[in-house]
Amino acid sequence: MADTGVVETLLRRIEKVDDGVDSLEAASSLGVDHQVIVGAVKSLQALGDVISAELRSSKHWELTDEGKEIAEQGSHEARVFSSIPLEGLSQSELMKLSFGKIGFSKAMSSKWIRVDKAHEGGPRIFRTVDSVEDQVREKLLLVQKNSGSQLEEKDKNELKKRKLLSEVTVKSYWMSKGNSFSTTITKQETELTPEMIANGSWKEKKFKPYNFEALGVAPDCGHLHPLMKVRTQFRQIFLEMGFTEMPTNNFIESSFWNFDSLFQPQQHPARDQHDTFFLSDPALAHDFPQDYLERVKKVHSEGGYGSQGYKYDWKIEEAQKNILRTHTTAVSARMLYKLAQQEKFTPVKYFSIDRVFRNETLDATHLAEFHQIEGVVADYGLTLGDLMGILHQFYTKLGITKLRFKPAYNPYTEPSMELFSYHEGLKKWVEVGNSGVFRPEMLLPMGLPEGVSVIAWGLSLERPTMIKYGINNIRELVGHKVNLQMVYDSPICRLES
Amino acid sequence: MPTVGVKRDLLFKSLGRTYTDEEFDELCFEFGLELDEITSEKEIISREQGDSKASGASDVILYKIDVPANRYDLLCLEGLVRGLQVFKNKLEAPRYRRVGPVSGEPQQLIITKETAAVRPFAVAAVLRNMTFTQERYDSFIELQEKLHQNICRKRSLVAIGTHDLDTISGPFTYTAKPPGEIRFKPLNQTKEYTATELMALYKNDSHLRHYLHIIEDKPLYPVIYDSNGVVLSMPPIINGDHSKITLNTKNVFVECTATDLTKAKTVLDMMVTMFSEYCSQPFTVEEADVVCPDGKTCKYPELAYRKEKLSSDFVNRKVGINVSTEKIAQLLTRMCLRSEATGVGDEIEVEIPPTRSDVIHACDIMEDAAMAYGFNNIPRTTPRTYTVANQFPINKLTELLRQDLAAAGFTEALNFALCSKEDIADKLRKKISDTRAAHISNPKTAEFQVARTTLLPGLLKTIAANRKMPLPLRLFEISDVVLKDETKDVGARNSRRVCAVYYNKSPGFEVIHGLLDRTMQLLEVKSAHGEGYHIQATEDSTFFPGRCAEIFVRGKSVGRLGVLHPDVITRFELTMPCSALEMDIEPFLGHTAEASLTHDVPMQEVLKHKFITQDDSSPAPSSRPTSTKTVFGDMSTPAGLKALNDFLADKSYVEGFVASQADTAILDAIPSAPSPTFCHVLRWYNHIKSFQRERASLPSAESQFVLPAAPPASTDDASDDDLDLFGSDDDAESEEAARIREQRLAEYAAKKSKKPALVAKSSILLDVKPWDDETDMSKVEECVRSVSMDGLLWGQSKLVPVGYGIKKLQIGCVVEDDKVGTDLLEEAITAFEEYVQSVDVAAFNKI
Repeated sequence: MADTGVVETLLRRIEKVDDGVDSLEAASSLGVDHQVIVGAVKSLQALGDVISAELRSSKHWELTDEGKEIAEQGSHEARVFSSIPLEGLSQSELMKLSFGKIGFSKAMSSKWIRVDKAHEGGPRIFRTVDSVEDQVREKLLLVQKNSGSQLEEKDKNELKKRKLLSEVTVKSYWMSKGNSFSTTITKQETELTPEMIANGSWKEKKFKPYNFEALGVAPDCGHLHPLMKVRTQFRQIFLEMGFTEMPTNNFIESSFWNFDSLFQPQQHPARDQHDTFFLSDPALAHDFPQDYLERVKKVHSEGGYGSQGYKYDWKIEEAQKNILRTHTTAVSARMLYKLAQQEKFTPVKYFSIDRVFRNETLDATHLAEFHQIEGVVADYGLTLGDLMGILHQFYTKLGITKLRFKPAYNPYTEPSMELFSYHEGLKKWVEVGNSGVFRPEMLLPMGLPEGVSVIAWGLSLERPTMIKYGINNIRELVGHKVNLQMVYDSPICRLES
Repeated sequence: MPTVGVKRDLLFKSLGRTYTDEEFDELCFEFGLELDEITSEKEIISREQGDSKASGASDVILYKIDVPANRYDLLCLEGLVRGLQVFKNKLEAPRYRRVGPVSGEPQQLIITKETAAVRPFAVAAVLRNMTFTQERYDSFIELQEKLHQNICRKRSLVAIGTHDLDTISGPFTYTAKPPGEIRFKPLNQTKEYTATELMALYKNDSHLRHYLHIIEDKPLYPVIYDSNGVVLSMPPIINGDHSKITLNTKNVFVECTATDLTKAKTVLDMMVTMFSEYCSQPFTVEEADVVCPDGKTCKYPELAYRKEKLSSDFVNRKVGINVSTEKIAQLLTRMCLRSEATGVGDEIEVEIPPTRSDVIHACDIMEDAAMAYGFNNIPRTTPRTYTVANQFPINKLTELLRQDLAAAGFTEALNFALCSKEDIADKLRKKISDTRAAHISNPKTAEFQVARTTLLPGLLKTIAANRKMPLPLRLFEISDVVLKDETKDVGARNSRRVCAVYYNKSPGFEVIHGLLDRTMQLLEVKSAHGEGYHIQATEDSTFFPGRCAEIFVRGKSVGRLGVLHPDVITRFELTMPCSALEMDIEPFLGHTAEASLTHDVPMQEVLKHKFITQDDSSPAPSSRPTSTKTVFGDMSTPAGLKALNDFLADKSYVEGFVASQADTAILDAIPSAPSPTFCHVLRWYNHIKSFQRERASLPSAESQFVLPAAPPASTDDASDDDLDLFGSDDDAESEEAARIREQRLAEYAAKKSKKPALVAKSSILLDVKPWDDETDMSKVEECVRSVSMDGLLWGQSKLVPVGYGIKKLQIGCVVEDDKVGTDLLEEAITAFEEYVQSVDVAAFNKI
């Protein structure tokens, strides 16, 4: 609260005039600093409509400290000139003077003085003219007298460049009576205090109104990453549907489990150096279940289990190559093989959400690693209709109800289906996932019983997250280039809404 | 997925009607195709090269259609139209026939044995009396290109050559010659080149340079000559100009050379089935004889029709529909798989034409039936599969911890699992050779050289990218790093870590330390030496000297925290002090009642499989050991069982968090099923028994739990307190725990001591044997440790039973090679004659 004395004086002054009072004038007539008046205005404004204050700004020119010195004592060059006697002055002497250096060069360029470098006893300076006119000083004096209104713009700028003048903007208030003008003011309380509650004084007090337009103070807290929030939701959905989480904490996988066990032939383009990250260390995997490996080899190279096979020369060396897994289906393969080793088959529902790696060209929507969401169900007698039914239930939980299925191709599923959902915004069908029934050439060599079908589907975690949080560049979402402000600001994730 | 571009109007003319874009899109969808784009040549050129280049280009509308990668029969207009017409019941699938020549002998292609080293297979066929138009010609060239890019794997598996038969004369010879000896005028060139010159010429050819590597470093290049020595082609690079196809060509000689014969046959079948449509006798192909180096002659193209039988029940059951046998046969016929009910039950006979090489199993036929039925007409059902959901324990812990770390004021970051070597080594002031990092052999950029071994660089890079954000920055990540691990089948494993950083104008070690305390509180670990957690000063080049501590939990090191070294800060382009914490969280996994899944698969298949032919190769699992003595005491006595019972009261397994050989060993030491009084033992006993079948594949024990059978004399030896660890209830457990802790420390130290150092050092494990079982082993150890030399550092030790109650002291040490020799050590230790009988070097490793 500003000094009450000033506030009251100010109010009385406003009361007396018809139109209004300028805060600058008030300050000079009251003999106080302008800031004191400004403080009083602010506190009066806070009280409501006691006064109306209109902000005005005016510009004028002022001398800088150096400018003031010059106005008083003359410009550096003039002082140099006047300090040189007729018989001249040695340059070293001149340079000892405070204004010597600057003034010397200026006076030289104005040709007021000359240097005799050959003079015995060092260079010596002589006057070249009899008298000089100190224009700089005169201009500055002009500014000092009447704020420089008579000075030309060019001169002002020249002096401004020499840091002798500066342009000052003065803000002042034009104060007049407000709707509820009064010369007496009651002080309003800002906040309820424990004392007020204790002594009941709050009943008598007036309280300042809150500004409900302003934002509150942001809580000091940490934040979860949006992609991980979406992952949590997908995990939740799978758990709600009774799916058990697979152990996908093995980024490095052998080609055997990543490709061969899935009946993906060794010449398949996905196994190309251009698509998959291979490892140089540890380069090769060892320890494969030997019997199973032989059966995989056979079904690739010769067929069997009702299949023609791919009829090529299957090589263990190719299967041994370690890679960064290209899909979490590699883990599904391990789990299904393990399931097949159980004494008695039991139906399972598995899921996983974890990182996979592709040696791809990067762009705004593709990274070399992304999260794959995968669901797998193994049981006797599962049908394509069952797969569609489960997908319908799964996507309904994501808020997607309009689904349709397109036949597709995938080396390890048959039938294979791409899922499309109708996007209300884009007014078209967009792909939202892939699915299929694992091929018998994959399941039977593992040792799963003949009648068991395994249905599966997958999608990426990044795409739904980017749609959900309206992110166009994947690099702003994943990786170190993340925009932390986006992380701070991202809402909770409710997929269904 | 290959994309085929066809002219819309031409397509509609062939289909016999027009469609709106939407209608055609719908038709594609049903048939498993995707109308990817509607465009024109002009539009494509203007998009790729700018408007100026596009003027004058054709603005005929093109449909770009995505075709499934295994449907080579749909890669050209002819195939697409045929497929769709048959699908819409407007056309009966044509029957492709191989015929002999009208007159004379079939064309002959003779393969010489020289080809074996470079490209051993070849097949050939002749298309007679063809009529080309510009469109047909374009499609003919385009199909070759599509096949080359897809099934031919960029010509590495198969390369196609097509020739105007009337310009050349058979028999043709497919041979291989040194590149300098091959000389011809290649397609669209004006002069002759040798093969060597050609390879140099095509180095800069935007198209052909991609194929050069296939034969480049071979001593002999494949080449096909006609009977007059005219070069037809030099596969897989280029054809000769002499025999090139023009619009006036009538008779076409098609050859495919290959490294994969199956694929060569498929490719040849595809070429001739698609374009025999334009022969004077449509869908007939004239045979060619291919003579192999062994003298055998084969006739091509094979154009084999294969018959498969399946039941309509199979289709109905797999798809989840109920359709009559006849109807299913009709559905399949619409997919170019001519089918009919045989009348035997619900059997259907399906004929797979040469165009459908993708059909290799009954399930492929089933899919076609489902497609013809319409995927979206199949009723959606819910399977009755009943299962209980389980979370993967480490993920469950991660989820819970993430929430609370965010509540503690830290913001979650999510960084890449791949990074540069620099990130995990140089920038952290470490050597790459010390990191146990897995290296990628084919990274496209430096960002993907290794899998990260620490989460710290990611967080520091996140800060660097967010320097504009207000301070302090508090970040965390819980995620996996990858470490080499020889015990895994792939030689590496993931490790789940938590990492947090605090970045501000002051280092804020207390903030990071506070986060550690909070994390431990969340994980229910008390601050205490021994069973709790504590931190202990250590030196680490990543951290500022004197500002780093190691985190110990139950005596085991789990990670580090401290203030980062200024060089680390600047190398990550940061300017403020920063403190960090990184530790493993796997040690905090509790036990779960349910057996959780692991990705380790059993290496041995046992029992049930019909595949296994050898009789009972694996030994009977439960051969009872002669000893009932274990570290818990004698399992044949109630005291021993009680000790085990107490031990198992809060543990699922004897060792670690999964069943291991330690469990089975102890199991075998128990003579009979324990009585219900020992409820924990009984629970464990039943659980471990359920692993009997896969016991061989269980992880091996970290330490020895079952003691060798002792002779009767010492069995009753009461003074042998080692065998009666659990004689008294209370101390027993803590002693056992202490023992395990000691052992873990020893392992840790051993691991640590293996780290390379600048000075040539060796890690030595010594076996110190006492005179008898009455020697005070603690005294032995005291003596050994009293040996001190410059360059000698004693490590952890343990007592290892050798039999008859005698234990030897196994003690590790690190020596500087130049200063300490093993003989010197042995001499010094054997000097304690009254305790030490002998000293042996059990292991000696250079580090």
